[in-house]
Amino acid sequence: MIVAERKPLAEILKMVQGCKRILVLACKGCVTVCSAGGEREAEILASLVRLGLQKEGTNAEVNTASLVRQCDKEYIDSLDQYKGQYDAILSTACGVGVNFIANLRPTEHVYPALNTTFFGGSAEQGIWKEMCAGCGHCVLHFTGGLCPVARCAKSLMNGPCGGSVNGRCEINAETDCVWQMIYDRMGRLERQQELTASAPIRDWSTAGHGGPRKRVREDLTV
Amino acid sequence: MNFTPDIRLFTCHYASQQSCAEGGTVLRGLNFPANITLTRLVCTGRLEETDLLKAFEDGADGVYVVGCPTDSCHNVKGSQRAAKRVASVQKALAELDVEPERLRMYHLERGLHPEFIAAGEEMDALIRRLGPSPFCRKAA
Repeated sequence: MIVAERKPLAEILKMVQGCKRILVLACKGCVTVCSAGGEREAEILASLVRLGLQKEGTNAEVNTASLVRQCDKEYIDSLDQYKGQYDAILSTACGVGVNFIANLRPTEHVYPALNTTFFGGSAEQGIWKEMCAGCGHCVLHFTGGLCPVARCAKSLMNGPCGGSVNGRCEINAETDCVWQMIYDRMGRLERQQELTASAPIRDWSTAGHGGPRKRVREDLTV
Repeated sequence: MNFTPDIRLFTCHYASQQSCAEGGTVLRGLNFPANITLTRLVCTGRLEETDLLKAFEDGADGVYVVGCPTDSCHNVKGSQRAAKRVASVQKALAELDVEPERLRMYHLERGLHPEFIAAGEEMDALIRRLGPSPFCRKAA
């Protein structure tokens, strides 16, 4: 899922300064699962925005709504029901959702309530970890399913750097060295020999270095 | 300044069981501050962050939660969950440049005992010292 976290309240309040009618728009997708921008978090944020504005001596009507997803046109179209009712939409979706609204609602103000952080999973309740960088050229079949692009601080492709100490990363001692994990796991799978092969120089154009990416499925377009 | 704070107390069924006996008259008889409005919950684990924030939106100058001791909550982890939510709202209050101590969590044994009264008196004294809620400024 896409993992995100709420922006500092001061930053959010500055965005909506002067707005008299604000719609805090939740997303029921990834940000609900990572407890950053679902209906519950939108209600909390709406309350905090009201309190923040009250403290500054201003008042605004701050309501909440939610969409199944903010990354599909058909759901964004349902915002028609709020047309003219709000000065600003404060989206608690990831950056994709904010972009979708901005693209599809050319005359409406939309602001991001979250910082979109990474693709990850819930390691345990309340803790999410980055697992994928969306680089567009998956190498997990070579590395026992553990991603060196996302989980190595240097995205190294041919084993650990000299900073790997006792299985930990030199950039952050709390982070496991993914290359140590790969080595250990490949050993358990009796595939360690495969790691002696050199990974070729990567083509990073699939990772967004060639500009924004787009995928077309001719069989699905109509 | 003549200021009587509006204080809201959220407490679990167990921590307040005897305190609410006889319509709260026993509590008042023990000098429990009259400006504290008590809301009973089945468990403080049921408390949402929005409940705490709404209390401030509704004009509370201070809010506190009384739940079971962390190691003997009737619902195992209810009061621990409440404490986490209180901490989260305290952090948000600090972000808004408001004293986080306007919101507090207490873990008390069940039943009517001096600590329950003392917590109320402590909150009353604290909020009187902090003054009226900064959220209650009149909107322009």
